[in-house]
Amino acid sequence: MSLFADVPQAPPVAVFKLTADFREDSHPQKVNLGVGAYRTDDCLPWVLPVVKKVERLIVEDNSLNHEYLPILGLPEFRSAASKVALGDDSPAIKDNRVGGVQALGGTGALRIGAEFLRRWYNGVNNTSTPIYVSAPTWENHNGVFADAGFKDIRPYHYWDAAKRGLDLTGLLDDLEKAPEHSVFVLHACAHNPTGTDPTQEEWKKIAEIMKRRKLFVFFDSAYQGFASGNLDKDAWAIRYFVSEEFELFVAQSFSKNFGLYNERVGNLTVVAKDNENLTRILSQMEKIVRTTWSNPPSQGARVVSKTLNCPELFAEWKGNVKTMADRVLFMRDELKSKLQALGTPGTWDHITQQIGMFSFTGLNPKQVEFMIKEKHVYLMASGRINMCGLTTKNIDYIAQAIHEAVTKVQ
Amino acid sequence: MRQTNSSMDAKGVNHRGDPGVSTDKHFAGLSPLPRQLSAFKKDSQVKKVHLAGREYYSEDGNTYELRLIGKIKQQLNSDPTFRPEYPSPLGLRDFTQKAAEVTLGRNSRAILERQVLGVQTPGFSAAVRLGAELLRRLNSSTGAWRGPVYLSSPCDDSLAGIFQAAGYRDIRGYYYWDDKQRGICLERLLGDLDTAPERSVVVLSASAHYPTGADLCQSQWAVIAQLITKRKLFPFLLLPAQGLSYGDLEQDAWAVQYCASRGMELICTQSFSHCFGLYGEAVGHLLCISKHTSFLQSEADQIVRSLWAEPSAAGAHIVATVFNNPAHFVEWHDEMQHMVERCMLIRAVLKEKLRLLGTPGCWDHLTEQHGLFCRIGLSDQQIEFLSSRRHMYMLPSSCLNVSAINGCNLDYIAESIHQALTTP
Repeated sequence: MSLFADVPQAPPVAVFKLTADFREDSHPQKVNLGVGAYRTDDCLPWVLPVVKKVERLIVEDNSLNHEYLPILGLPEFRSAASKVALGDDSPAIKDNRVGGVQALGGTGALRIGAEFLRRWYNGVNNTSTPIYVSAPTWENHNGVFADAGFKDIRPYHYWDAAKRGLDLTGLLDDLEKAPEHSVFVLHACAHNPTGTDPTQEEWKKIAEIMKRRKLFVFFDSAYQGFASGNLDKDAWAIRYFVSEEFELFVAQSFSKNFGLYNERVGNLTVVAKDNENLTRILSQMEKIVRTTWSNPPSQGARVVSKTLNCPELFAEWKGNVKTMADRVLFMRDELKSKLQALGTPGTWDHITQQIGMFSFTGLNPKQVEFMIKEKHVYLMASGRINMCGLTTKNIDYIAQAIHEAVTKVQ
Repeated sequence: MRQTNSSMDAKGVNHRGDPGVSTDKHFAGLSPLPRQLSAFKKDSQVKKVHLAGREYYSEDGNTYELRLIGKIKQQLNSDPTFRPEYPSPLGLRDFTQKAAEVTLGRNSRAILERQVLGVQTPGFSAAVRLGAELLRRLNSSTGAWRGPVYLSSPCDDSLAGIFQAAGYRDIRGYYYWDDKQRGICLERLLGDLDTAPERSVVVLSASAHYPTGADLCQSQWAVIAQLITKRKLFPFLLLPAQGLSYGDLEQDAWAVQYCASRGMELICTQSFSHCFGLYGEAVGHLLCISKHTSFLQSEADQIVRSLWAEPSAAGAHIVATVFNNPAHFVEWHDEMQHMVERCMLIRAVLKEKLRLLGTPGCWDHLTEQHGLFCRIGLSDQQIEFLSSRRHMYMLPSSCLNVSAINGCNLDYIAESIHQALTTP
């Protein structure tokens, strides 16, 4: 019996096909709960007020130079980005063993990290180091590591469909059994697509095994701030691993927490044993960047850098992030209450227990098909919904649709 | 410059991947540009001169923003209807459509027959990377095909690394610049390409060859195109600073149009950074002319998704705004021509200064060539002399950025070159 029996794997470009189908649908009450981007209560993308402010400052700044950025990116962006992940008072930063590589979004950061690992980790050019990604995971993880040259990409147990939660036993078991030096891609918070994160105690168990078995930690952090509304809380896992003295990578994306989807702002944070190692790692990453995009784009990095490096703007940004996170939390509450009020069969606690943009509803493929075809509510075949697609205006319709799906379709 | 099939090729690059000790200075540690820049920054001499930058510098020695671009940025910034969305992996259609048109001409048969694919990329290098990966897929769906690819000698030092990262294992050079002639030696170029295996990729500079500044003339293109067709090679054309050679986007792209008009399939990598002063914004473009555009499109989509997912929007937005508005276009074109005319003037003035100083050698190539870069033709020792004794920094292949020469440093530069050539 396959490990994947109850985890339907969406085909690579499913989410974009979903959006395309949604666009062509003329039903007046259609809803798109597919794509992973924030929407306001009016169902529109949101330009964060602080971003608007900072972009204006940049446009009016005559002192800016108009040159190519260095290959590794804007220095003040890289340091600020790493700081936001590791914390202001991070001992690793104080020890001068933390570096960053500005990248084209979270994808770019993952790719640079993967390319580096393939060339220099666990031997030289060892393409057979096993790469473990959660079952399920963001669909692009596989592609990035495969295209970086890795031949052995495996799933680790994560989602337990029966109990609609984390399969901790399976996960820990996979960690124990993984060959030494395997790479594990961990979601720092707001797991995509399940919205289910390990608790702090569970993270400690994961870390203990990973340290003992010499497994490499590669965090994917695309939702810092977005999950709980609190930057530090969302970075707890990363910081814990750093305090346990792991050398690790963090692929950060500022697409969602800054609403800068179109400017491709990412950072690969590298935590090394000491400065000497860090320097050598960065020098090799620079060579990799040179053959990929050579010089990263400056607009997005400038916006993020200016914001993170100015206390006032930083505070304003945290407020904006909390606004987004709070709206999501509110929608979670609302959806659960409405389903309970409708008497929809099953338990719906997972809706409020899960965290971040996404929720794994537990709807099966047939029920999903019903939602799309009969109710014009578009969601991923896996049952994943983007909570941001819910608004005070459509939530009744959606709750009703889910109710019908669950009661009419088995 | 044929290399053997041993595990280390002539450039000392390991075939299994990137790691490998290289004896070729082009691959040692940092590439020359950052090393030069680093040396220049550490130099405490007040009269130091940096001629190794890649951007266009204005008369005051700084890179600058075109007036029109500043205005457009303000406009776009105040646009209340703008919403942030993930762009398509292949980029802004407004941008790619126009980029293809300004390069091939609106009435290009290739465009009309829908044989053109345009992909926005985060800069020029990214376009080369994507183009290289696409060609491998075109030649073999299993990824078995790994070259050969032919690069000019010399060429931009990052090119070999990009092709290698794209999985090419057979990277060769073809004769291009001849030191004695201080120009292209066509005969030897043809000699090298004539023995190329079928399907070899040949990387040619459409204009503004880097680092020599020496471009093929139209009759030379005719001969080369014929050879490419006859030997079934694949042309990969570079257009990194489109507009800065002749002050006209289409004219700079003549070679691309010529090949297209001959019905050739080709790849062209472009950047609009220079002619728009948008260096930080990575406005690159990959143009493919092929019968297999839908195949290439879906392959490009796949490749991009695991490299950078989507390109960044800001720069492409600005360029598209200019291209789609006739009034903007005219205003921008004027500013661009001004940059080009200034470079031409500097070349003429430098040549004249060297003549007046009685500097040995022939300096005709200074004014015969076009664009931002010029290969002076100095030896390594002479270049070393310039940096250590005259605090003048340029690229190891004695290539200098013409725009970085201005009224303040012209005399010093001419004098320095003169000394380099006359000091024993």
